[in-house]
Amino acid sequence: MSDTTTLPPLTAKDFSTDQEVRWCPGCGDYSILAQVQKVMPTLGIPRENIVIISGIGCSSRFPYYMNTYGMHSIHGRATAVASGLKASRPELSVWIVTGDGDSLSIGGNHTIHLLRRNFDVNILLFNNQIYGLTKGQYSPTSEKNKVTKSTPFGSIDHPFNPLALALGADATFVARTMDRDPKHLQSMLLRTNQHHGASFLEIYQNCNIFNDGAFEIFTEKGSKAQETLFLEQGKPFLFGPGNTKGIKLDGFTPRVVNLEDGHSADDLWIHDEHDIYKAQILVRIFDDPKIEGHLPRPFGVFYQTDRPCYEDVMAMQLEDAKARKKGDLDKLLRGNEVWVIQ
Amino acid sequence: MIRKQEVLQDVVIKFAGDSGDGMQLTGTQFTNNTALLGIDLSTFPDFPAEIRAPQGTLPGVSGYQLRFSSDRVFTPGDACDVLVAMNAAALKTNLTALKKGGKIIANVDGFDSKNLRLANYPEGENPLENGSLDNYEVIKMDVTKMTREALKEFTMGMKEKDRAKNMFVLGFLYWMYGRDMENTITFLKEKFGKKPEIFESNLRVLQAGYNFGDTTETFTTTYKVEKAKMLAGSYRSIMGNQALAYGLIAASQKSGLPMFLGSYPITPASDILHELSRHKNFGIRTFQAEDEIAAITSSIGAAYGGALGVTTTSGPGMALKAEAMGLAVMLEIPLLIVDVQRGGPSTGLPTKTEQSDLLQAYYGRNGECPMPVISASTPGDCFDVAYEAVRLAVTHMTPVILLSDGYIANGAEPWRFPSSNDLQPIHVKFKTELGHGEEKLQPYLRDEKLARPWAIPGTAGLEHRIGGLEKQNITGNVSYEPENHQLMVKIRQEKVDKIAEYIPEQKIDNGPDKGKLLVLGWGSTYGAIKSAVAELVAQGQSVAHAHLRYVRPFPKNLGEIINGFEKVLIPEINNGQLIKIIRDVYFVDAKGYNKIMGVPITKGELVEEIKKHL
Ligand code: SF4
Repeated sequence: MSDTTTLPPLTAKDFSTDQEVRWCPGCGDYSILAQVQKVMPTLGIPRENIVIISGIGCSSRFPYYMNTYGMHSIHGRATAVASGLKASRPELSVWIVTGDGDSLSIGGNHTIHLLRRNFDVNILLFNNQIYGLTKGQYSPTSEKNKVTKSTPFGSIDHPFNPLALALGADATFVARTMDRDPKHLQSMLLRTNQHHGASFLEIYQNCNIFNDGAFEIFTEKGSKAQETLFLEQGKPFLFGPGNTKGIKLDGFTPRVVNLEDGHSADDLWIHDEHDIYKAQILVRIFDDPKIEGHLPRPFGVFYQTDRPCYEDVMAMQLEDAKARKKGDLDKLLRGNEVWVIQ
Repeated sequence: MIRKQEVLQDVVIKFAGDSGDGMQLTGTQFTNNTALLGIDLSTFPDFPAEIRAPQGTLPGVSGYQLRFSSDRVFTPGDACDVLVAMNAAALKTNLTALKKGGKIIANVDGFDSKNLRLANYPEGENPLENGSLDNYEVIKMDVTKMTREALKEFTMGMKEKDRAKNMFVLGFLYWMYGRDMENTITFLKEKFGKKPEIFESNLRVLQAGYNFGDTTETFTTTYKVEKAKMLAGSYRSIMGNQALAYGLIAASQKSGLPMFLGSYPITPASDILHELSRHKNFGIRTFQAEDEIAAITSSIGAAYGGALGVTTTSGPGMALKAEAMGLAVMLEIPLLIVDVQRGGPSTGLPTKTEQSDLLQAYYGRNGECPMPVISASTPGDCFDVAYEAVRLAVTHMTPVILLSDGYIANGAEPWRFPSSNDLQPIHVKFKTELGHGEEKLQPYLRDEKLARPWAIPGTAGLEHRIGGLEKQNITGNVSYEPENHQLMVKIRQEKVDKIAEYIPEQKIDNGPDKGKLLVLGWGSTYGAIKSAVAELVAQGQSVAHAHLRYVRPFPKNLGEIINGFEKVLIPEINNGQLIKIIRDVYFVDAKGYNKIMGVPITKGELVEEIKKHL
């Protein structure tokens, strides 16, 4: 008799918990949670092998709502907790859920070091450009001059460009998506999971309480086509209503061209997500949409490359060392210079 | 020629020179050589904070004190019999620690006008010439000249040649104490095996030093120290940090838990990281983190995944780890935090010893955040304490703080090493499935020790979430309920207090069970207190010594012991820390003896202090 009962495939429901979701009604986090719960069952990873680690902030409540293993750690340290976990348990699928304050301010140090070490983990950075949980102070991604509770006369901080930072830290996978585009968000989650190495996915997330509409211009129907550029491997940079506009590289400078003005799609920048030089330019397309002549904001996979993962190399060193000479505790304790007292 | 050999019982040698002179290596070699003869010993390396302070200056002096004896010894000695002074600064900084009539082995080349000036001797004064050392026996040697002479056929540069100077001194001391040099020759071979010229030159100079003693007619006496009467068994020499690392490896092996060390380099704890990094063949993962916070939080991540999570640091690093320790207390996962204490506050005295992190270990976290604290008292004891700390952490599901300090971390002593079979097994039980009637995991359901289950990722059916927010009792769900918080605070405290039921009772180390004065210590003051009390007990005084390994919780019977004495004296290398806790817990009017100079308490001063209370 065979007792190999095939379990029914998991569904999004299997990934939800009995904990009441406590985000503000209308918060962009709901959509992200829904897409993650939808994508998880399709990954072919046993639920018990998935671990979600978060820091502190609104987004960091995430693990409580996912029926996997999870840890809601302390402010800024999710990346470091995840590093230790992944180093010692490489077989686990480790996801880090963090916010702009958590991973770029208090935890900025761990974020860049995780990226350079290239642990095979997935960082979901919910960027809402504000401190939500502490009720509305500016964050390291808030735009200059922003008026918040802690900047009544406008912020004088220059904001981070998260993807440029990640690339600067030699991240091997850098991508951007948004809460309001479920399909794109799902496809980016899939790509994030596929990448063997540290994946950095920035998700524009609307905080409708303290920073409502921060990304409206990119997410709402009326302006989306004009203001966004969706990257696809091997495809030209086309955007605008009816894809009538494109971006061309003029030397090292990206310029908007109008296809209706006689420019051909063949002249445009063709996306190659493995080209580090072009990726450096691409992440710098970060214009303020209020400024005349600005470039559209790119979404999608900016850059992907393969580089050995920290935990794999670490495991290899251990295996090599064991193969050369297996540890013998008694030999170790004895050492080389022993004397005996009768 | 005929020479006499004198038998001595107890010798203290101090090797002192510029930090580039290789005095630590010379000291370690002589120590190992001594240990191999079954002579008891204790060492105290003392180095400057700067890696290479300006050559020849007073702050640049590096010292290594070694005491060896045919009797048992527990301290590196209060004063020296022999001072090796490689330069004028070394003489100046160490002369006060030399006994009257003691020997000075002086490298005359280190007393030229430049060195004298750097050591702040008045213009034209050379202590080797002006009669100021008449109360000592001065042996002058031109080490540099003789080293160069021994290497005249070698083609290497003068600077390279001069680097072997310390070998000359070592060779000479080997001759003086009637030693054979086999261990050092083997050491040099291993160290310089791939550079035959360097090996040859060091060997040549070592032999030249030996021959210098042997052939120079002015030296008429060699000395011998007999074997000490120690417990039967196999011994090796060990330093505290090394023993601590071995204790962790042993605990990892005996518990079956793969070890993960998250650490950030810091003096004087770094050697534990170095040592553990060498032993990958025991499955040990060492992670040099980007900072102290990542060091501990990565260890928490590893422990959450079922590894033996360890982080090692010193005082400033402890301060940075405080918040994460709170997380570990809330998560109730096993974790070991090792603090090799040094002089503080702030950067303080990085290379000097102090016991000033006890209150930090006890109280230095936000909220009600109790953690067990355990301390090591000698270099060899670091092994047992590390092993015990792991046992407490994994069987009681709690982070544990282990306190060592710079003195024992770098000090060496003979160590009767255990065989792996003699080590108590450490039983670890991961939760593998839901209990009877359990629908989902109750992560904060406790056993009789109040320990919660260790359910690690990868275990199907036990998926659960934990975190730093207050937990609801049993379910582990987030809870802000007032009654629940009070309950959980009390439970976490009780869990730590309960450990007292699982640790040995406190013993009196020496002296009567009841009497006039109890000298109560913890950590590295062990040797000084033991020696001082032993002397006074031998004189028939009513004094006893008890030394704490478990500082939190205290052993159950500690109150009883304390009550058996009229007075309690607590010597500490801090401004009075254990004393505060003892007064708080036992309402006794304990008196402190506090030395806060970055150096250990000596036996002599402690004897004087104890007498005042008798
Ligand atoms: S404060 Fe903002 S980010 Fe936080 S839950 Fe509410 S809407 Fe979402």
